[in-house]
Amino acid sequence: MNFDELFGNFPALTITGLEQGAIYALVALGYTLVYGVLRLINFAHSEVFMVGTFTALWTWEAFGYNQNTAAPAFGPLIVALLAGLAVAMVASAATAVTVELVAYRPLRRRNAPPLAFLITAIGASFVLSESFGIGTERAPYGMPTLIPQETVFTLFGAPITNLQLLILGVTLIMMIGLDQFVNRSRLGRGIRAVAQDPDTAALMGVNKNRVILLVFVLGGLMAGVAALLWDVRFGFTKFNVGFLIGLKAFSAAVLGGIGNLRGALLGGLLLGVVENYAAGLFGGDWKDFTGFVLLIVLLMFRPTGLLGESLGRARA
Amino acid sequence: MRQKLARVLGGVAIGALVFSGAACKADSGSEAGGGKAACDLKIGFFGALTGDAAGLGIHMRNGTQLAIEQYNKDNKDCQVKLEQYDSQGDPAKAPALAQQAVGDSKVVGIIGPGFSGESEVADPIFDAAGLPTITPSATRPSLSTKSWKVFHRGVGNDTSQGPAAGRYIKNVLKAEKVYVVDDQSAYGAGLADEVKKVIGTPVGYDKIQVKQTNFSAVVTKITSSGATALFFGGYYTEAGLLLKQLKGAGWKGTMIAGDGVNDANFIKVAGQQVAEGTILTCPCAPATKAKGSFVTDYKTAFNVDPGTYADVSFDITRIMLEGIKAGKTSRADLNSFINSYNGTGSSTGVTYKFESNGELDPAQVIVWAFKVNAGQVVPDIEIPKA
Repeated sequence: MNFDELFGNFPALTITGLEQGAIYALVALGYTLVYGVLRLINFAHSEVFMVGTFTALWTWEAFGYNQNTAAPAFGPLIVALLAGLAVAMVASAATAVTVELVAYRPLRRRNAPPLAFLITAIGASFVLSESFGIGTERAPYGMPTLIPQETVFTLFGAPITNLQLLILGVTLIMMIGLDQFVNRSRLGRGIRAVAQDPDTAALMGVNKNRVILLVFVLGGLMAGVAALLWDVRFGFTKFNVGFLIGLKAFSAAVLGGIGNLRGALLGGLLLGVVENYAAGLFGGDWKDFTGFVLLIVLLMFRPTGLLGESLGRARA
Repeated sequence: MRQKLARVLGGVAIGALVFSGAACKADSGSEAGGGKAACDLKIGFFGALTGDAAGLGIHMRNGTQLAIEQYNKDNKDCQVKLEQYDSQGDPAKAPALAQQAVGDSKVVGIIGPGFSGESEVADPIFDAAGLPTITPSATRPSLSTKSWKVFHRGVGNDTSQGPAAGRYIKNVLKAEKVYVVDDQSAYGAGLADEVKKVIGTPVGYDKIQVKQTNFSAVVTKITSSGATALFFGGYYTEAGLLLKQLKGAGWKGTMIAGDGVNDANFIKVAGQQVAEGTILTCPCAPATKAKGSFVTDYKTAFNVDPGTYADVSFDITRIMLEGIKAGKTSRADLNSFINSYNGTGSSTGVTYKFESNGELDPAQVIVWAFKVNAGQVVPDIEIPKA
């Protein structure tokens, strides 16, 4: 164990952990929303994220940026970022909706048992990831460096970079926006109603299928945002990039309480930070080990996660 | 009861049929080996053709393919076929592919496996079947200590590459604060250990995982350690990502890595500015300076400059082809042909002569350092022996 490494770099490990955790949290929202409404773990969500990372890259390539071009000036940068963001969000949402329409809705119509959904979810995940794998020759793709990292200020000796501020800022805005949407808007009320009691909601005139579609769209949009942030920060994608992120994001969702939006944020940030501390304390090879031990121990004491399942029970 | 008995008997009968069939096949194989050259034999290429490290495997496959195409042009009446086994560089996929190669009685030799991790699981299968292999690139030293009779290594191993990389760090870069990171693979960890033996205690040491994408913890450690050089034991995808994130965090030092990173794809992942100045070693001479018409032939055939180990693959494939031409058409005959081989490769200029454990004659091993310059991996110097 290397306590010097942990305490010496504590602030820096915290901030980079939060940054990674923010991306986990955005992806975790997709799992949590779908689970909250359908009691279904949408394993294909990791591929929704992957599609976002690729489509953003292709957008930038269409603008003439590649991994070797220098960072653009402020004006073109904003255009490139917004265009990448829009395309990634639309593509991710479209992927999520396609998965719902092709893999889940037909089964729901036939009252298939939960196990069947699990298999189609895994199947959809494989089909998407493998088709990208074949199409891209399973090669890793480097991203253009759109925003070079620069230290904006130093906090307790940890350099805080412009990218970290961007990621944390965007994540917070998206989370608050989504939380308000679900808790305050008419459509959000529909989501909560279906999450609480689908049959009664249907009797009250809520269109269940439309709500389900909306949930997939929202999850896809968030995954698209996460994909863009990932591209800007980590600068790379490949066909199976979603696998590990998906697994971590799903864990984050469970950690925070699956079905709970604020739980997804809390779980994501916590997992990101704990992983980083573990890498500092025990070395990089113990990162995942520690993350999952934390998950198991926490679930022993709080089986429903930190904040409990509550998409349906959120205040009206 | 009767029914059960009948079934059991039936099973035994089928088993016996299959067994005798296999025996017949083996017989006919050895007959052909004694007499005139058998045709339509296959040489297998075993390595990563897709996946994270495919850039390395494709150049080797191309070298092998070129050698076979040239052979077929001169021997129109008796052709040799290239059979490709795409392991994706993944030890988990290797055993099934190795079984497939072993099961094809036309396959008399294997070029590969390309990487050390897959070699560790595939070579025992090849050994049990007596299928001779020459690897152009698997450099983990311990591969030659497992007493596999079919194992041959066409290049030096990491006990030559690792210390040479260490000497480069010490004598050429003159870096005093060196951080060492490995990817925990059979190849990467072994190479990093060899480097550490030469450079002494590094300022820090960490492990990452193959397929890891977020290196923020190790980046923090490296930047805060004040290291001016980083040795990375692993393959190019992780190397490119790590360096990109490291330079992004403001690190100004130099990365040194081994043959697993020595590929144009490293620059593709990292980006040109980030990769600039990185030092890459290889227990081989620059393929772009290969002798004879190899470089032009390769460019004509594949429309790209030959990459790391392309020339080695070409030469070692020619060893097997020479054997087939000389009538060594059974696996056992070809293996003893390779064991006693002593000849100069036309593209590398290396005299191929294998020791009893399958290692290349140590006098033939050279290690080169390459440098990333203006988006290209260019030869830097041949690293002097100790």
